[in-house]
Amino acid sequence: MRDVAIVSFAQSAKAKEQRNEVEILMPVVREAVRACGLPRTEIGFTCSGSSDYLQGQSFAFVGALDAVGAWPPIKESHVEMDGAWALYEAWIKIQTGDVDSALVYSFGKSSPGDIAEVLALQLDPYTVTPLWPDAHSLAALQARAFLEATGKSERDLAEVVARSRRSAIGNPHAVVSGEFDVEKLLLEPCVSSPLRAHDLPPVTDGASALVMVAGERARKLCERPVWIRGIDHRIEPQGLGVRELARSASTEIAGARAGVHKGRVDLAELHAPYSHQELILRAALGLGESVDVNPSGGALTSHPLMAAGLVRIGEAAMRLMARDGDRAVAHATQGPCLQQNLVCVLEGD
Amino acid sequence: MELVKSIVTPVSLDYDYVTGRAQSRFLRGIAEGRILGQRCVECRRVYVPSRGACPRCAVPTEEELQVADKGTVTTFCIVRVPSENLAFNPPYACVAVLLDGANIPFNHVLQECALEDVRMGMRVQAVWKPAEELGPSMSSIRYFKPIAEPDAEYDSFKEHL
Repeated sequence: MRDVAIVSFAQSAKAKEQRNEVEILMPVVREAVRACGLPRTEIGFTCSGSSDYLQGQSFAFVGALDAVGAWPPIKESHVEMDGAWALYEAWIKIQTGDVDSALVYSFGKSSPGDIAEVLALQLDPYTVTPLWPDAHSLAALQARAFLEATGKSERDLAEVVARSRRSAIGNPHAVVSGEFDVEKLLLEPCVSSPLRAHDLPPVTDGASALVMVAGERARKLCERPVWIRGIDHRIEPQGLGVRELARSASTEIAGARAGVHKGRVDLAELHAPYSHQELILRAALGLGESVDVNPSGGALTSHPLMAAGLVRIGEAAMRLMARDGDRAVAHATQGPCLQQNLVCVLEGD
Repeated sequence: MELVKSIVTPVSLDYDYVTGRAQSRFLRGIAEGRILGQRCVECRRVYVPSRGACPRCAVPTEEELQVADKGTVTTFCIVRVPSENLAFNPPYACVAVLLDGANIPFNHVLQECALEDVRMGMRVQAVWKPAEELGPSMSSIRYFKPIAEPDAEYDSFKEHL
């Protein structure tokens, strides 16, 4: 295995953007490239993650290349997935020895459509999508299954929300933050029982980008490069009825394969768009009370869909670069009710 | 048992399209009967419609300028296949026009010209709707029509095909 390090990261997130996708993305990509220290034309591979369904335009991801500068022609690929999976593809590409560096970017606007309805299109098109179950209701089914199976309560969910919003204070990319009282949160009405509005991801438009470099070169470019020590992703069946929703079997396997348990974990950035999902993921990864979970505030405070998973990896990496810890776990999810999960273990140099 | 051979599952989603800054300025210009482009600060290419970015240099394009509403047909195709929502009845010519002052061609429809006369290099000009009907939409330009100017030399537009 080649050692691959994250050497730069940039992001943007707002509740509602009047800029289009290229206009949001360009400064983010430029910042990630500037900060990595490599000239744009020397980056070996470019890989992006996004979903045209968010824009309602076919091949919108091709238009996004305007923000990257594809001249002279570049080696480029795209996944119709969160940017974390674009990072995975780029990591594989570097492992093959074909390239030594990669730019990974992702973007998504949740505001143009009714995101809970748009996401119904990722379900089984014959037996489930025609019922138009919205994403929040499906998450609520999972939350109910989780509470029933574990004996946890809606208060436990509210505590996740209060801690996340407190952690997000000072994060310029959070669209919601502050001190919130758990008792008051519990007085809010349910959107889809047992979930309240604050248990759901906020509508967010944004982008994220990072640069990865293999081997010694990373040390020359970055004062403290952050090495990807393990990475794995697993998917569960599409049929919600055949899955065990109260736990995340795919995260358990991905976490074990990525080597989460091989050392102390200082901090974790978990992609949990719904409050109960953080508790499911903590259990799946075996993260104890000593682990600082979602110091950025996490996906409950900022959720640029398709970019938010890559943001978890970038947030964790930036904290290690700043020496706020030595070893971190970053996680990304995709699909309804944590269907697909990616886990990556990061270590500061 | 007879197998189900087809099902009908209507899908409809509504989006609030956001034009963004550059395209908004371009469409506002169209509403005033002007075609705006943006020049790249690095390679000096002029993009029409404004995109807000130079895809070659990966820099924002902020310098705005007006280009002519006449130009050169760089390439074309004759549309013969009917489909829904076409503004013109086939057959008609769809042309790529390199507007004078621009560095990338601009797509529109050619009228007032026999199909067999459409050719690369021919000079054309926009036919606008009456001033009171102009709006922030490409339909403010009804179509392009040939003008009485000699054809452009191939070398002058060969890089824009």
